[in-house]
Amino acid sequence: MHSRIQRRIPAVKAAIIVFPGSNCDRDVAVAVESAMGTKPYMVWHRETDLPAVDLVVVPGGFSYGDYLRCGAMAAQSPVMRAVKAQAARGTRVLGICNGFQILTEAGLLPGALLRNRDLKFICRDVHLRVDNNDSDFCRRYMCGEVVRFPVAHAEGNYFADDETIRRIEGEGQVAFRYCRRDGAVDEASNPNGSLGNIAGIYDEHFRVLGLMPHPERLADPVLGGTDGKAMFESLVEALS
Amino acid sequence: MKATIHISLKNGVLDPQGKAVRTALGSLGFDGVGDVRLGKVIELDLAETNRDQARETVERMCKSLLANTVIENYRIDLD
Repeated sequence: MHSRIQRRIPAVKAAIIVFPGSNCDRDVAVAVESAMGTKPYMVWHRETDLPAVDLVVVPGGFSYGDYLRCGAMAAQSPVMRAVKAQAARGTRVLGICNGFQILTEAGLLPGALLRNRDLKFICRDVHLRVDNNDSDFCRRYMCGEVVRFPVAHAEGNYFADDETIRRIEGEGQVAFRYCRRDGAVDEASNPNGSLGNIAGIYDEHFRVLGLMPHPERLADPVLGGTDGKAMFESLVEALS
Repeated sequence: MKATIHISLKNGVLDPQGKAVRTALGSLGFDGVGDVRLGKVIELDLAETNRDQARETVERMCKSLLANTVIENYRIDLD
C-alpha cells in the first residue's frame, strides 16, 4: 500500500442562475464543470437565497421572453436581489449575452444594450481583442490577444452616455472589443454598432464581467474551438 | 384611474428602428421626414383613486421596471 500526497486545492464553487427562457445555462454548466471539476449549482429565478459560492454566472437566453426590454424582468427577479447582495460582498459575477443585458438592467454594470445597428439577429463567430486581461476572468489571456467567440443576439449594441464611456475607458473597464482577425478595431469589424466596438465590460472593482459573445460555446475542441476555455480556467486559477 | 406612460429614447441614443421607418417612409414617397424616433406607450388600470398617490406609485414603477433611465425618458398622464 502506498500513500498518495494530494494537493488540497479548495474546489471553486459556482452557481448558474436559471430563468424561464434561459437557453445557455446547460452549455455554461458544462464549461464550468470541465474547468472546475465540480458541478455548479443550478439556481431557479424564484430562489431568494444563493448557496455560498465564489462565482455566479448569469447565462444567455431570452429570460421572460425578452418582454418589455431584454433583461428588464429578470433584473427584478427574487434571485437577482441575492446575486446583487453576493456581488456587493465580492463574489465574482459573469453575465453572458442575455446575462450581460440583465446585469446592466440590474445596475451591476454601467450602460445598456440597444437593438443592433442593422436590426438583425446576428449569429456567427466574431473576433475580439482582449483589452484588459488584468482580472480574475481574463488572466489566462494576454492583453491585445485576438480570440474568436460566437455571438447570437439582436440587442448587443452597447451604449452609455459620454461621461460613462469616458469613465470606463479611463479606468480600463473595457474587457473585450470587436475587431478584425488581425486585431484592428474598426467600423467594419463592429457587428452591432456598439460604442467603441465594446463587446464586454467590467464593473469598477473588476469583480463583475458582462459580455455579449459566448465563451462557453467555444470551450471544447468538439465545438470547433477552445478560445473560450481560458476564461473558465482563469476563474479557477484566481478563485482556488 | 388610468395611467398612460409614454416612453421615449433619450436624445443621443441611436434608434435603428426609427431610421428604418424613416427609410421606409421615403421609399413610399413621403418626403420631408427628418428624424424618426420610436417609443412605447404603456396603459395601466389602477385601483388607486388619489391622483397624487397614483402618480407617486407610477413614478416608482417607471424607475424600477417600466423605463430604463439610462436610455429612456418617460412621461406619466393620469385620467
